[in-house]
Amino acid sequence: MTNMLQVRDLHVTFVTPDRTVHAVNGVSFDLARGETLGILGESGSGKSVTLRSILRLHPEHRTRWSGSIKLEGDEILDMAPRALSDLRGQRVSMIFQEPATAFDPVFTIGQQIAETVRRHTGKSETESMKRAKDLLEMVRIPSPAQRLKAYPHEMSGGMRQRAMIALALSCNPTLLLADEPTTALDATVQIQVLLLIRELQREFNLGVIFVTHDIGVAVEVSDRIGVMYAGKLVEMAPVERMVDAPQHPYSRGLLASTVHDGMRGQRLESIPGAPPDLAEVPSGCSFAPRCKFVRPDCTTAVPALRDIEAAHAVRCVLAA
Amino acid sequence: MDTLLPIQDRGGPAQPLLLATGLRKHFPVAGGLFGRTTKVVRAVDDLSLSVAKGETLGVVGESGCGKSTVARLLIRLLKPDKGTMVLDGDPVDEPHGITVNELRRQVQMVFQDSYASLNPRLTIAETLAFAPRAHGLPAAEARERVRDLLSKVGLDPANYATRYPHELSGGQRQRVNIARALALRPRLIILDEAVSALDKSVEAQVLNMLVDLKTELDLTYVFISHDLNVVQYLSDRVLVMYLGKIVELGPVEAIYGNPQHPYTRALLSARPSMDPRKRTHEAPIQGDPPNPIDPPSGCRFRTRCPFAEDVCARVEPPLADAQFQAVACHMRVAGSGHSKAMAA
Ligand SMILES: Nc1ncnc2c1ncn2[C@@H]1O[C@H](COP(=O)(O)OP(=O)(O)OP(=O)(O)O)[C@@H](O)[C@H]1O
Ligand SMILES: Nc1ncnc2c1ncn2[C@@H]1O[C@H](COP(=O)(O)OP(=O)(O)OP(=O)(O)O)[C@@H](O)[C@H]1O
Ligand code: SF4
Ligand code: SF4
Ligand SMILES: [Mg+2]
Ligand SMILES: [Mg+2]
Repeated sequence: MTNMLQVRDLHVTFVTPDRTVHAVNGVSFDLARGETLGILGESGSGKSVTLRSILRLHPEHRTRWSGSIKLEGDEILDMAPRALSDLRGQRVSMIFQEPATAFDPVFTIGQQIAETVRRHTGKSETESMKRAKDLLEMVRIPSPAQRLKAYPHEMSGGMRQRAMIALALSCNPTLLLADEPTTALDATVQIQVLLLIRELQREFNLGVIFVTHDIGVAVEVSDRIGVMYAGKLVEMAPVERMVDAPQHPYSRGLLASTVHDGMRGQRLESIPGAPPDLAEVPSGCSFAPRCKFVRPDCTTAVPALRDIEAAHAVRCVLAA
Repeated sequence: MDTLLPIQDRGGPAQPLLLATGLRKHFPVAGGLFGRTTKVVRAVDDLSLSVAKGETLGVVGESGCGKSTVARLLIRLLKPDKGTMVLDGDPVDEPHGITVNELRRQVQMVFQDSYASLNPRLTIAETLAFAPRAHGLPAAEARERVRDLLSKVGLDPANYATRYPHELSGGQRQRVNIARALALRPRLIILDEAVSALDKSVEAQVLNMLVDLKTELDLTYVFISHDLNVVQYLSDRVLVMYLGKIVELGPVEAIYGNPQHPYTRALLSARPSMDPRKRTHEAPIQGDPPNPIDPPSGCRFRTRCPFAEDVCARVEPPLADAQFQAVACHMRVAGSGHSKAMAA
């Protein structure tokens, strides 16, 4: 498999008059065409910031970044406005938790998808509307011809989410970025949308980065899982490895503290304390204040992300 | 009556702590062009339940099915359109019973949004002392109680009493909310998505604490959550709701081990797999839950139910006893007219 996306040593810092947030502190990973990478982590760990960096969606004047993000060889962090707009419109699409932000409330779903198709392919209005209908059919929206005429607020949450996926795929992207797209959905609807994303990913051989805080969701969709903590990837492994034998103390704690079938009556394992403040760049392992294995060399330097076997990397002094 | 000592048990262990019968809450909402017509959201419809002393009753169901409305009815933040409640033998808000104020002392609630439910201008100690002081506890004793409450929820009083809500993490704020719910020594605590906003590692800390407090203080819980795994972990009995109605109710082992209602089955098998070798291959049911305005006639689940037949649209299935649990489905009612039901 060739890597379509290479992220190297990505740092993202937000500077506002009253505070500085070191949101992403040295993230590196690769993604192959047709592969789904799940990024798992708790609130504030930098998942969304990492994802949005790939589309350069941060407010330019308040954001400092460094590192490299290459898509099919092109450096995204150096792109001029014209190339950026091609990137966003034709090569990479994003879906997120709240579809309301993807659609304009005053236009119908059909108008909005057709307009996107027209802009990117130069097709006629009729042809674009036909393509919009095919797209709604593709995301399994019942009676798509009628649904084209619906306004966003006239659709249920699950339908809007499908329509957003249709919009995202309307320009034939090669890379799909998904930021918690099923988190706000009901259980019986969430599984439908997860299965849809999985099917479309296979059908179009998409590269997918799927951000979530829900381990079950990550397990359903991912080939590999990366665990983030305080702006860093602390572990990256194929999904089976991550579930069977997580190595980083934080990944282990996260998996052990997630309640699932058959834990009734057992005391839950929990990680004491809370994630660190991101105002300072830590000089050692960010997890050290909560880690029960902490030792002196954990805090003198930031542990490196080391391969412990093929495709399994861990950022911890204990990993070997 | 001294409202600040723990309440003595009245009717003995067999008498339900809380009994609600025929609760109904409909919300009128503006509908149609220019909002002239009035439609009705049937948020909770003729729902009856009992909470046994010392148990944890879990409540699950999808968004909008009426879980929070039930919670608000049970502590009378909402007045029911219909229905009665009895707390340990005393009718609530009736001539010979107890007042709504007394109910709200014995029954407390913790919400999901830990930030919105704390006053940002009060320190944690002030927040926790507020209710006991309002009930007449002298200042020195109230301070003592605040220290005790903070220790109970695992926050060092010396470190946290003088902080403001914004100086706490989400998990710490939720601990404070739980401490506040404990301040008047209640018997029943209703936890409405109380751990849902917390990160998993912190959620586990709070769940462990809830288990400990329950034993230590002899509490009873109603635990509402959309997280089926957490409900299974914590509950003794589980109540499953769909569009304002109970569809299944029974011991946790029966509901999770042998669910009878088609909706319960679908809900449970919609849980993402935690094992990459056993991924889900097919969604158990299609479509979204319908709007609670004008719910389907008969069985409200019929529009998504793979077993729906004519009778399901005509007749509302009663919540009837099955083997270990109660189920509202015509397939379980002998002689209902459903082809899968036993003959009467
Ligand atoms: N535009 C911004 N300006 C300032 N700070 C920001 C901005 N965007 C994100 N942050 C901060 O960066 C940190 C990482 O945020 P991010 O949104 O990536 O977290 P996340 O892992 O996606 O969390 P969640 O699960 O809550 O979505 C947080 O502390 C957040 O407050
Ligand atoms: N004050 C109100 N006015 C009008 N409608 C209301 C009101 N409160 C609740 N509803 C409606 O009643 C129904 C039940 O709402 P409720 O909040 O009880 O659901 P829930 O099961 O708690 O959902 P969730 O899982 O999203 O918290 C919903 O359709 C909701 O929109
Ligand atoms: S580097 Fe040290 S503190 Fe960090 S996770 Fe490993 S053992 Fe714990
Ligand atoms: S009553 Fe009918 S529609 Fe309702 S759950 Fe049973 S079979 Fe399905
Ligand atoms: Mg995010
Ligand atoms: Mg609710």
